[in-house]
Amino acid sequence: MRKLLFIALAALAPVAAETIVIENATIMTVTKGTLKGSVVIRDGKIAEVGEKVMVPQGATIIDAGGQYLIPGIIDCHSHIAVDGGVNEGSVSVSSMVDIKDVIDPEDVSIYRALAGGVTTANILHGSANAIGGKTVVLKMRWGKDAQGMIFEGALPGIKFALGENPKRAGNPPGGRGANATPVFARYPATRMGVEDVIREAFNQAKAYKAEWDAYDASAARGEHAIPPRKDLKLEALKEVLEGKRYVHAHCYRSDEILMLLRVADDYGFKIRTLQHVLEGYKVAPEILAHGAGASTFSDWWAYKIEAIDAIPYNAALMQKKGIVVSLNSDDAELMRHLNTEAAKAMKYGGVSENDALAMVTINPAKQLGIDQRVGSIEVGKDADLVIYDKHPLSDYAKVQKVLIDGTVYFDRDKAVSAAKAAAAEKQKLLDKIKQSQPRQQPARRPNG
Amino acid sequence: MAESPPVTAIRNARIVTVGGPVIAKGTVVIHSGLIEAVGENVAIPAGAWVIDGEGMTVYPGLIDALSTVGIPGAAPAATAGRGGGRGQTATPATTTTAAATQPAAPRAMGPEDRPQTTSWLLAADEISPSDHRIETVRSGGITTTATYPTRGIFAGQGSLLDLITAEKAGEMVVVPSLGQYISVTRAAGFGGFGSGFPGALMGYIAYIRQIYLDADHYKLVKDAYAKDPRGLERPQYDRALEGVLESKRILLPANRVIEMDRMLRLAADLKQPVILYGMREAYRPEAAPLLKKFARPVLVSLKWAEAPRDPDPEADQTLRSLSNIDQGPAAPAALQKAGVPFAFYTDGIDAPRDLVRAVKKAIDAGLAREDALRAFTLSPAEIYGVADRLGSIEKGKIANLVLTKGDIFDSNTHIETVFVDGKPYKPVAEAPPGGRGQTTEEPGEIR
Repeated sequence: MRKLLFIALAALAPVAAETIVIENATIMTVTKGTLKGSVVIRDGKIAEVGEKVMVPQGATIIDAGGQYLIPGIIDCHSHIAVDGGVNEGSVSVSSMVDIKDVIDPEDVSIYRALAGGVTTANILHGSANAIGGKTVVLKMRWGKDAQGMIFEGALPGIKFALGENPKRAGNPPGGRGANATPVFARYPATRMGVEDVIREAFNQAKAYKAEWDAYDASAARGEHAIPPRKDLKLEALKEVLEGKRYVHAHCYRSDEILMLLRVADDYGFKIRTLQHVLEGYKVAPEILAHGAGASTFSDWWAYKIEAIDAIPYNAALMQKKGIVVSLNSDDAELMRHLNTEAAKAMKYGGVSENDALAMVTINPAKQLGIDQRVGSIEVGKDADLVIYDKHPLSDYAKVQKVLIDGTVYFDRDKAVSAAKAAAAEKQKLLDKIKQSQPRQQPARRPNG
Repeated sequence: MAESPPVTAIRNARIVTVGGPVIAKGTVVIHSGLIEAVGENVAIPAGAWVIDGEGMTVYPGLIDALSTVGIPGAAPAATAGRGGGRGQTATPATTTTAAATQPAAPRAMGPEDRPQTTSWLLAADEISPSDHRIETVRSGGITTTATYPTRGIFAGQGSLLDLITAEKAGEMVVVPSLGQYISVTRAAGFGGFGSGFPGALMGYIAYIRQIYLDADHYKLVKDAYAKDPRGLERPQYDRALEGVLESKRILLPANRVIEMDRMLRLAADLKQPVILYGMREAYRPEAAPLLKKFARPVLVSLKWAEAPRDPDPEADQTLRSLSNIDQGPAAPAALQKAGVPFAFYTDGIDAPRDLVRAVKKAIDAGLAREDALRAFTLSPAEIYGVADRLGSIEKGKIANLVLTKGDIFDSNTHIETVFVDGKPYKPVAEAPPGGRGQTTEEPGEIR
């Protein structure tokens, strides 16, 4: 009887939040130095970090002897997990659309990013529009539904874009007039036009905000006025003006970076991050003064004219000026090895090991306003952790396990066997379907 | 044929009432297009046209819960294969008669231009009684269709039609407005820059959200003005919003489980009663609990995923697409078991023998025969709120009946007579096999 009861309790045990201890790891906390020791995880949070910890009874032990533990990698610029197109490219201001509406939690890129140590990503609308769509921060909780992926409490964002993409999208190659037949050319076609589109949109947004503020005030006085029409496009910009939505602006050249910072100052809103910002090193003091973060590439340049003046020292130079710098992927494949992207900042510009790692962990967390929750290994933070078999800034390091909120979402050993099982299952189905197919005779199917 | 005698009686037949128990041997009396009596011991009125149903079975007429029958030239309503998911090909809908008469719409620059919207269209106003598909599908036992305009994002409102051979379209209409058909499929694929708004799926969804915000505001302004116009600016008339406000429910496409989740949440945000259509992945274990949680009915396409014929051996098929082929027809059984209300729709399968084959697949995959029948009769009637007049063989209901030799979903069953509004129709002979070759799924595709 007693034995039966014990078995029943044991079966129930994992239902409660699991306590996990990761032992014997080289722990790179990013914010509190590096140590050899253990991390205790309770209720999805980091409960204790130290050389010696009290192992709670019944805790699951993960022995990470000889291995490295870092906070989950955060990608500040990604387009994975989006269904039905990342660009609403038909209009120059597409702030009415929202990535949150089209999250694809079944995109295998999520799992692959996870396998590359990424636990959180800023999912951005594309760069086809001067003002693009609304954006969302996701945790790579592979297997959860769309709602379950959303980083709860993270402020949503909006994508802006400057330069070639927004002026080129929707216009004929070679510029306006290059095509003899009438085309639906989309304004703007120049960098001047991009600025104008942003200013015009915020003129509208200010008027819209004034209309709503007047209504809210009258409603507060108890008057029964008819509310103004709710406009999804302007609503998002109103949120920007109110500081309730972060602006993530795709940009390359120093002149357009300065332009955007001035436009933002004129209208009284902040640019939260400059994305790509490949000439940021030329205007670092201005970026710092505005308070914008910079999320850039490690060593990707000259792939188009506006990227011609990019240098791989960009991240290091901006960092030295005091800007919060992150390294992003903007790409489903690159996303899987952001650790080596961080390592390149050491090669180009001599960034310290810890500062390099910060560029893919705590710095993007700061940029996304989630650094109280993630980005470093500290007591009280979410247990979003990555175990590497070798030093994470090495080319040879492989991700062994990834935890999000204290739950193991990726385990290399299991991944290998699961891949084999899936392949076998697939072959089984292929054979079954092939067998059930009628022999391929001349088709006989009546036309309804 | 179809000259309806005042009183018809089918006697000595097995009667599958659907609403109640099966009557092993009984009589159905039809009077003025209605079921006057049904039972084991029913007196046959004098002067009735009597059909001896010995060895035959009477079923309620089948209801196709989502159809374009009656609108000639309309493409089949968006199918399970084109529900708007990524990587799914879309077939451009051919123009409906109404849309064809309209000039090409200018490029939409935002929701205010009401792109691809004909929400005010009523299928009842678009139907042509001479559409040859009426006779084709009726020969398979379909007596009633929920016919929808399907072109555009807000395509228009569906109507419930009884498939009689009529002089005037109006004679066919049981319910003029069932609800608004919404699709989110872009003919040329998502993400195009050259055409107008919306271009991406998120643009479609934003547009749907904006229209409902606009409709709410429109109604607010209109009501205030109607109450007391003095001192108020005259409200603008917007037929797109009128059409949206007239629609008492919306139909949204969902094939993948993630689309079911997405669309149910969208409808909840819009505070609109929704019916999802498509349901390709409803066999997956995640689907039924999700659908049950939102407690909304669904329409299941009978166009099951099929293995590609003569496939490119190098082309990679995902495990999911293979599972869809293998498990797809198990969806109805899974929904039935979970208690999710569902109805079938033919999804463009017009030929009776193809229809039987498709239903048979669901039965072979675990759906009880009576449940399959219910999903084609009483369930769609309940979903559309017309179970008081259609869907079962019951006194006082419309006399839509199918008289068969053999089980209605058996391939060798012979349909003797189909009654619609009490009018008897003999099924037309099907085209001989092998004559016309296989239909192609996509225009321009050669097999």
